[in-house]
Amino acid sequence: MTAAGIAGRAQTAGWRPARVAARLRRSWPSWLLILVTLLFTAPFLWVFTHSLESSAEWAQNKTVLWPHAPTLANYRAVLFKDGFLTNVANSVIVAAATTAATLVFGSLAGYALARLPMRGKSAILGFILLAGFFPLTAMIGPLFKVMSRLGLLDTLTAVSISDLIYTLPLATWLLASLFAQLPEEIEEAAMVDGCTRLGALRRVVAPLAAPALATAAVLSFILAWSDFTFSLSFLQDESHFTAPLAMLQLGQTKFYTYYNLTDATVVITALPIVVLVLVMQRRIVSGLTGGAVK
Amino acid sequence: MAEIRFDHVSCVYAGAARPAVDELDLTVEDGEFLVIVGPSGCGKTTSLRMLAGLEQVSSGAIFMGERDVTRLSPRQRDIAMVFQSYALYPTMSVQQNIEFPLKVAGVPRRERAARAREVAEMLDLTEYLSRKPAKLSGGQRQRVAMGRAIVRRPQAFLLDEPLSNLDAKLRVMTRTQIAALQRRLGVTTVYVTHDQVEAMTMGDRVAVMRDGVLQQCASPRDIYLRPCNTFVAGFIGSPPMNLLPVPTAERGVRLGAAVVPLPRGTLAALNGDREVILGLRPDAFELTSEAQDAVEVHVSLVEILGSEAYVYGQAAIDGRATDIVLRADPVDAPEHGAVVHARPLPERSHVFSASTGQRLGS
Repeated sequence: MTAAGIAGRAQTAGWRPARVAARLRRSWPSWLLILVTLLFTAPFLWVFTHSLESSAEWAQNKTVLWPHAPTLANYRAVLFKDGFLTNVANSVIVAAATTAATLVFGSLAGYALARLPMRGKSAILGFILLAGFFPLTAMIGPLFKVMSRLGLLDTLTAVSISDLIYTLPLATWLLASLFAQLPEEIEEAAMVDGCTRLGALRRVVAPLAAPALATAAVLSFILAWSDFTFSLSFLQDESHFTAPLAMLQLGQTKFYTYYNLTDATVVITALPIVVLVLVMQRRIVSGLTGGAVK
Repeated sequence: MAEIRFDHVSCVYAGAARPAVDELDLTVEDGEFLVIVGPSGCGKTTSLRMLAGLEQVSSGAIFMGERDVTRLSPRQRDIAMVFQSYALYPTMSVQQNIEFPLKVAGVPRRERAARAREVAEMLDLTEYLSRKPAKLSGGQRQRVAMGRAIVRRPQAFLLDEPLSNLDAKLRVMTRTQIAALQRRLGVTTVYVTHDQVEAMTMGDRVAVMRDGVLQQCASPRDIYLRPCNTFVAGFIGSPPMNLLPVPTAERGVRLGAAVVPLPRGTLAALNGDREVILGLRPDAFELTSEAQDAVEVHVSLVEILGSEAYVYGQAAIDGRATDIVLRADPVDAPEHGAVVHARPLPERSHVFSASTGQRLGS
């Protein structure tokens, strides 16, 4: 409910201050939500506004909410010069490869951890979780050594493999808890009904796991897409840069930083994630809160 | 359709002290409805799962007809199973659920649909064919699980406590429906339950298990009239049989002031035992006003069930206060706190060895 709406209704009710006060008191959760939402979206709105400014207008630094003469010049500049599209493509490759590997290994590991009788299951799960929360900065050095040994420095493979450190534990946990929730009897029923174990997985379990797989895929993609530290650490040639890394350089000249250009790259980089989250919102929430299948 | 034979089948779980199923030797005849009954943990479900191929057989062999199926995978055995939780496929509609075994077997779409429809009609599911399992009631889910089993026309049906998730009224109805359906289809059926009423009402024969060991396998009537040991005697029948340790006398056993005469065969089987277990069901007593040849029972609780009443009380037997249950006519059932005289009926008495618990005599 907006302020105007409240005022309007109060007017038709004949301006009784007590009533307005009561309304306001009752609606405070909405106001709090609006405030928090603004707090979270403000930086993005700010970036979006400035991405539409011309360099001249940016230099004047007068824009408050909307530029006087909004222009797409920054986007044209970013997209069609400077090789930024290559960097976006690199990001797509890294994120897609990471996601694919995460799904394959995560679902196999999750299924095994949920179903197979094995010793120290909880210890393994605990260790996987620990790895996923290990401080990033502490891993950069050792990883750099490993990548250099493997001859993978300055390759997207290095970034993708490193991203798995975060995506794989997440996916393994997500899928292990999903598979543990699925009653084993459903697979057994499928096997009695004539399926092999793999057939039961394909025909009966996979459709049930689809929402969780989608969640794992989206989260992995977002994590890998947003990675900055690994790219910064392992990539050297500008043509190998991922989008978040290239962002840093765009708009920078020797003497001046054109933040309006940088802002345009920010919008371009964030757009796929925003779209993905909006489209998959319900799945992500239901996948994360478990009970995706009943 | 085929005969099923367990040949000294055992199942030992890794790390378990004793086998879950110990040397099970049991033949289910072609077309027979066999019920395996027992308390939880007695190995009945494990036996069924071994027959389905879902549990490894540790030793022994399982035959279906002439075929040794011990090492075959579930899908090679041509059986259908109804699980306790029904295990319907949540992403599929009722029709797809019923068709699933046919689809896996590669039956053409049109025949699949026709057979699913036929089964749905049989089970009164026609109007729910397009629904998902989540949108069905418990009874409907149970029928879908049945439909998925019978659509295959398998060699055998295996049912694992299929009624335990239904409410009491529906359970009684479904019980008769399943029994009637099995008689109509004539498929060999193994049915596992912990409910002795289901066992007694549904099965051609009842197999009672305890701690992994088969105790007795016989017709419901025989199980009730001639239980082979104290466990079966106490497990089958409700309220349970009174099992009273009593001293032997010259021509029978002494029950309080009364002497219960025993038939000659039983006396011969006593073998000089000083004490035996006398088994008397609640209906094996006559309530009288005379103290002669009767046990004095102090009534502590009376249950009026309508057509009959059960009297719970204590009696001094062999110097010990012993709990005892009697059946009474609800019209003149004794009151709480009363003292009644119960005269045991010798022809309805069972005698078991005090040391082994085995039945003595015929």
